[in-house]
Amino acid sequence: MSQQRNTSKTQFSFSYSMLSLVIVFLFIPLFVVVFFSFNSIKGMQWESASLIWYKTLIYESPSLWAAFRNSLIIALTSSLSATILGSLAAIGIKWYRFKGRSYITTVSYLPMVLPEVIIGISMLIFFSAVKIRLGLFTIFVAHTTFNLPFVFMLVSARLDEFDYSTLEAARDLGANERQTLLKVIIPSIIPAVLSGFLMCITMSLEDFVITFFVSGPGSGTLPLYVYSMIRYGVSPVINALTFVMILGTMLIAFFFRKFLKTVAASN
Amino acid sequence: MKGVEVTAQRVSRSYGDFKALDDVSIKIKRGEFFSLLGPSGCGKTTLLRIIAGFDYPDSGSVAFDNKDILPLPPEKRQANTVFQTYALFPHLTVYENIAFPLRLRRADKATVEQKVMEYVKLVQLEDHIYKKPSMLSGGQKQRVAIARALINEPAVLLLDEPLSALDAKLRQNLLVELDLIHDKVGITFIYVTHDQSEALSVSDRIAVMNKGKVLQIGTPYEIYEAPATRFVASFIGESNIFPCTVLSCEPQGEEYLLRVEVPQLQGEVYVTDSIAQEVGSSLDFTVRPEKIRISPNFSRSSNATINTFKGIVEEPIYSGFQSKFFIKLEKEPSTLVKVFKQHTVFLEEGPEIQWKDTVYVSWSANDGYLVKDTER
Repeated sequence: MSQQRNTSKTQFSFSYSMLSLVIVFLFIPLFVVVFFSFNSIKGMQWESASLIWYKTLIYESPSLWAAFRNSLIIALTSSLSATILGSLAAIGIKWYRFKGRSYITTVSYLPMVLPEVIIGISMLIFFSAVKIRLGLFTIFVAHTTFNLPFVFMLVSARLDEFDYSTLEAARDLGANERQTLLKVIIPSIIPAVLSGFLMCITMSLEDFVITFFVSGPGSGTLPLYVYSMIRYGVSPVINALTFVMILGTMLIAFFFRKFLKTVAASN
Repeated sequence: MKGVEVTAQRVSRSYGDFKALDDVSIKIKRGEFFSLLGPSGCGKTTLLRIIAGFDYPDSGSVAFDNKDILPLPPEKRQANTVFQTYALFPHLTVYENIAFPLRLRRADKATVEQKVMEYVKLVQLEDHIYKKPSMLSGGQKQRVAIARALINEPAVLLLDEPLSALDAKLRQNLLVELDLIHDKVGITFIYVTHDQSEALSVSDRIAVMNKGKVLQIGTPYEIYEAPATRFVASFIGESNIFPCTVLSCEPQGEEYLLRVEVPQLQGEVYVTDSIAQEVGSSLDFTVRPEKIRISPNFSRSSNATINTFKGIVEEPIYSGFQSKFFIKLEKEPSTLVKVFKQHTVFLEEGPEIQWKDTVYVSWSANDGYLVKDTER
């Protein structure tokens, strides 16, 4: 009995030490960045506490805010279009039987498995071949493309659990196809659609590689801007930006979790 | 009477090589509680889905009151379905599920309220109207499905094994309720089931189906007491069925008294039938186990048309209100005759019959009947 307790205690402390190591490994870099964002000078030496970099970030970085604005526009528009297209694709492929259905399913997963560099290069080649000027529009198209499979996958998974006799019931009770879609299918898949949308926003905001290939002058997103700043030495403005973004993400995640929970509960 | 007359004429439906329905013709009367009874894969659900509009026949016609309904989509037919899996909308409350058909027709608020409450009362769900389907029991879910299917006031209600997912006790209760609902709404009910006791207890008429064909249509009494084929006799209730050859056939009143040779009984049996059979033809002789008397003493009857055989009790099975005996015949030990004996009054019919007792089994010619084996 006591022996058992001993072994479980060692296991316990081992797993705890592993846990703390992992947490340290994951979060120390973030803490360092946040810590130095409150430093009054550049570099890795602590001088004194100040909010100078936050001031610089807010008042003296117009191009950073332009990049941030681009990121937001791209994230919202591309996520919206990817969510609509991906959800409809999932519904269509589940609902209708047509030729080439399985091929379309396979192909639509491609952007998810292909290396980003390849997608980026092929998009760049495509856009220059059809002579579309690189800019916000091309980034929007690229982001929609790589976001679509995630929505498709999430919504398809939800539809797999769907009871198809409810569709027959809806038709039987007098609903036409459009009413069945709006009143039966969409309400039951809305949690998957929303979490797909959220995932798209996150991936669009953080994407660097594909955006790097398809962006044009003046259309850089925040990740591209941060990268270009780092090439001239790490400015503590980036540290300040990091902290702002961590706070922002945490807030968004917190509220969306609550929101999704209420949606799930109402289902 | 409300409802419509439903006629299916020469309906056939194949899935590849599998014939789900093979030249099926059925006429269902206005306001009738009609059951389609058969084992799984007999085509009963296919026929129901064709009437509902979810499936289409390869040939044949289906009509409501002589009006062809095959060109109509499901939502345009005056038939609503209660599904085996309930098919409730999980995101809607009980109230909204039942109100769904009315909302589609954009009925005004007062009408919706009044009609939904009327049907909620009909299926006794007053206490549950704001619950989601996930919070209901199986029986409650099926009540919601019934109310939802009835609220459009269809002419025909199609029930696809609605009780098969419920436990036995609940099934009996819901069955009685379903019968009451049928009496109240008065429309045509078409009830698909593989459970013979369900079909026998509520139906006005039953169509027994097997392998895509309708074998017999009749009242529960006719189906049970006068099965048309060997399959019907064996599927409905329990039966002793033995192949036989007709030795003689003489008219007796409005019926015919036949003498048949039954090899498995090592003897001849008297049996009456409503139609004359050709001498020498091969048929099946059947007699229900509860129509056979079992007694330890041989009693010579003055009536020559009582068939009596001697045997040994091979396996008595006690099941409360009755006992089931398998009797091994003296002359043909490989044949077991199934007999039910009711426990009505203690010791009314002599001492209790036990294992290995020598007994006499006997039945009247009127209680046996001859059937054709259509699948041979």
